[in-house]
Amino acid sequence: MVPLSYYLVLGGILFVCGVLGFLIKRNIITIFMSIELMLNGVNLTFVAFAAQWHMLGSANALSGQIFVFFVMVVAAAEAAVGLAIIIAVYRTRETLNVDQVNLLKL
Amino acid sequence: MTPNLLRFLWLVPVLPLGGAAVNGLFGRHSSKKAITVVALGFSGLAFVLALTFALNFSAASAPYSMDLAHWLRSGDFRVDFSFYLDQLSLVMMLVVTGVGFLIHIYSVGYMWEDDGYYRFMAYLNLFMFFMLTLVLAKNYLMMFIGWEGVGLASYLLIGFWFVKDSAASAGKKAFIVNRIGDFGFLIALFLMIKHFGTLDFPALFAKIQAIGPEIAGAGTLTAIGLLLMVGAAGKSAQLPLYVWLPDAMEGPTPVSALIHAATMVTAGVYMVARSHMIFERAPSAMTVVAIVGTLTALFAATIGIAQTDIKKVLAYSTVSQLGYMFMACGVGAFSAGIFHLMTHAFFKGLLFLAAGSVIHGIGGEQDMRKMGGLRSYMPWTFLTMGIATLAIAGIPPLAGFWSKDEILWRAFGASWVYWSIGVVTAFITSFYMFRLMYMTFGGEYRGTVPRDAHGHDSHSGDGHGHGEPHESPVVMLGPLAILAILSVLGGFIGYGGRFEHFLAPVFQAGQATQEAAGEVANKSVEYALLGVSVVVALLGWVVAHLFYSGRSEMPARIARALGGLYEGVVHKYYVDELYAALFVKPLIDGSTEVLWHGVDQGVIDATVNKAADGARHVSDEARHMQSGNLRSYAGWVAAGGALVIAYMIWTGVR
Amino acid sequence: MPHLILFLFFGAICVAGAINLLAQSHPINSALSLIVVMASLAAEFLLLGAEFVAAVQVIVYAGAVMVLFVITIMLLNAGKEEHTKGSRVAIVFGVPGVLLAAVLVCWAVVARGHTGSVAIGALPGSPQEIARLLFHEFLLPFEITSVLILIAIMGAVVLASRPEAIAHRPPKAEQPDQSPARGDARQLVAAGKEH
Repeated sequence: MVPLSYYLVLGGILFVCGVLGFLIKRNIITIFMSIELMLNGVNLTFVAFAAQWHMLGSANALSGQIFVFFVMVVAAAEAAVGLAIIIAVYRTRETLNVDQVNLLKL
Repeated sequence: MTPNLLRFLWLVPVLPLGGAAVNGLFGRHSSKKAITVVALGFSGLAFVLALTFALNFSAASAPYSMDLAHWLRSGDFRVDFSFYLDQLSLVMMLVVTGVGFLIHIYSVGYMWEDDGYYRFMAYLNLFMFFMLTLVLAKNYLMMFIGWEGVGLASYLLIGFWFVKDSAASAGKKAFIVNRIGDFGFLIALFLMIKHFGTLDFPALFAKIQAIGPEIAGAGTLTAIGLLLMVGAAGKSAQLPLYVWLPDAMEGPTPVSALIHAATMVTAGVYMVARSHMIFERAPSAMTVVAIVGTLTALFAATIGIAQTDIKKVLAYSTVSQLGYMFMACGVGAFSAGIFHLMTHAFFKGLLFLAAGSVIHGIGGEQDMRKMGGLRSYMPWTFLTMGIATLAIAGIPPLAGFWSKDEILWRAFGASWVYWSIGVVTAFITSFYMFRLMYMTFGGEYRGTVPRDAHGHDSHSGDGHGHGEPHESPVVMLGPLAILAILSVLGGFIGYGGRFEHFLAPVFQAGQATQEAAGEVANKSVEYALLGVSVVVALLGWVVAHLFYSGRSEMPARIARALGGLYEGVVHKYYVDELYAALFVKPLIDGSTEVLWHGVDQGVIDATVNKAADGARHVSDEARHMQSGNLRSYAGWVAAGGALVIAYMIWTGVR
Repeated sequence: MPHLILFLFFGAICVAGAINLLAQSHPINSALSLIVVMASLAAEFLLLGAEFVAAVQVIVYAGAVMVLFVITIMLLNAGKEEHTKGSRVAIVFGVPGVLLAAVLVCWAVVARGHTGSVAIGALPGSPQEIARLLFHEFLLPFEITSVLILIAIMGAVVLASRPEAIAHRPPKAEQPDQSPARGDARQLVAAGKEH
């Protein structure tokens, strides 16, 4: 019997690590991976709350997991498209450093 | 007079208006002949109508009033467009249309070569319309329309050659100084509305008469009278608002003759005469009128002695003679004032027209020091101008003598101070007028006529190519002759009290007291005073002869002996400079510093500019946020998200 | 008690993997540590009883998405990260802000959250029940998701393709009258083609 808050804290730590990675890292692929990390933390939170619902006897326990399922699907699609963009950017810029892709500056 | 014929009273002002409209709108592309026909036709027709009315109007006729249209209705207060004909307005109407028509004829010759001929004729007609509205008005507000309108016409005509800076400025000066007087007039109107509820002459005067023959209602009527006098001082160039009239000589000479001698400047006198019932019940106001008039007469006459521009001498002479008229009104002799107004219109109009003839004949020169000996070149001008000079000096039996003497006699009845100042002024008047004659027509010709100029008041030429002064054409001499005849015979209109008798119905209340006072006094005293006037006039002639006929050193020696005083007189006692320092400069400085730099630039412009600058600075700082750097965007998002989460926790936990 | 030990064990691996992702400078190392994170996360899911989700996590997430990442890293020959001047804002505002928010959330959850405890394997996570729900209540989102994946595939194909591979687009190097802004890009591509 582990208190649910532990799971939530773990999910929060994963999320925060993802955000920090987004802010600190310079390689665009690493930044993408940080996004995936964030999504994973969120998935854990969803499942934890689904368990909570189950403990309370509601039928929403399954809905939480299905939501996780959809999150994973979307994450996969996003990863595919994102990596394609990265390849396209790499073709023109020849760099994976996100600081050098700043043509939109004023 | 059958009301049937008087039905056409409204035509008298409206006909010149029609002429002004036609010439103003269509004159630019019309031939000069057409313009002339229109201008002379409309104004001549108005004169004929006025004559017709006059011939059928007697001292016993009742006043005729005619309501044209409704104007203002506000509660109990109402003012309409109405005309009113009684003996007083009949006299004024005749003077305006008669002298006006003669000056129209003169202008045909004088302004023929000018490019703005049509404009001039249109403005002249417009002026006549407004002046006739003024004299034929039945209520003060109609009179005010005419009052303002003649001010407008005066501005337009003074600044007729508007490309000349001095002319444009003179026009502005006239209008603005007039405006100051009009302010007083307006306040008087407001007081009248407030206290009597009407501006209609018959109704208003009935109410005032009901107040009582003495100083009843002291404060209000005195205030109204004083304020009316302020307005009259502005329009009729009395102290301290006379400064515009000498500058108004920038306009063409017919304008000076018509507006600034014969008619417009007399509007103030007419207004005071029309308001006699108010003044008679406010003795302090009447005293102020008399004092202002007397002092102005003396003051202007002293300035006139030292002027060298022929038109300026006549301008100051006009101010001085207007002072006489106000003196007359101030001592209660309203009909004497109007009588002098009429004769003054004749001889002053004649003087100005003749001066214009002189200026025309010598190619635009106005400085008398460069004239002289013109008697042989311009005999007719000399003759008519001489007649006018005799008239204004007060030499019997010409017109000026009768009217001026009447005034002096009445002034004596009020106080010997008025009379003595009036006599001194008469001496000075005679002196400077004969000085003018000698300097202009006597001796040898001291100037040169430019070979290629045929100028009028030194503004433009037409390549006439004269080498010597020449006489003016008949179209200009004709009016001179007619006015000369009137100057000679005009006095007999008022001889033996006939004028008074004619105007008696208008001035009944005042006339009674004054006539009684007059009859009581000694006939011998009257003749003695008459003799003094004549002697004084002749004395002026003699002194002028001594000084100015032939080459005398006296004037120069006296000028040197008087030194500073003479300089002051030559510079018109520095009044213009005083006004400039006291009023004009502070106004301009205040306007520039406070209103322009301070408010307009400092506040309004600054607000707009600072707003724009502020927006630019803010956006200058803010644009650094868009750096194109992905991580900074992410940083902002994270920070913002953190804030939101913190807020949510805070509200959730409470 | 065993629940807690297992939870802490796998939780520690997760956190270690996440921190390693941040600490490594070569992206391939980060990718591998992310795979470790996902694997231990799957174990966490199992602890909670969500079998299907754990399986999908391993198969799809760790097995497909991360493989895609690794392929891309190897394709692009990503090297160690260079040190470039980043954004001050991100460091100054973002990091402290996130940390602060995290602390707050944890405090709120632990101290004020009225959550109970879960037993090990509590959730009914069998595929039958998930499928029942998926094809009944959540059929529409399911179908739309398939459309979404289709679009993602097409987008990925278009974005990542070489320009000449799509018939109507001529190679960029042969078009000299393009807008000047793309000048250096063209030169880069041309340079790349020479290699």
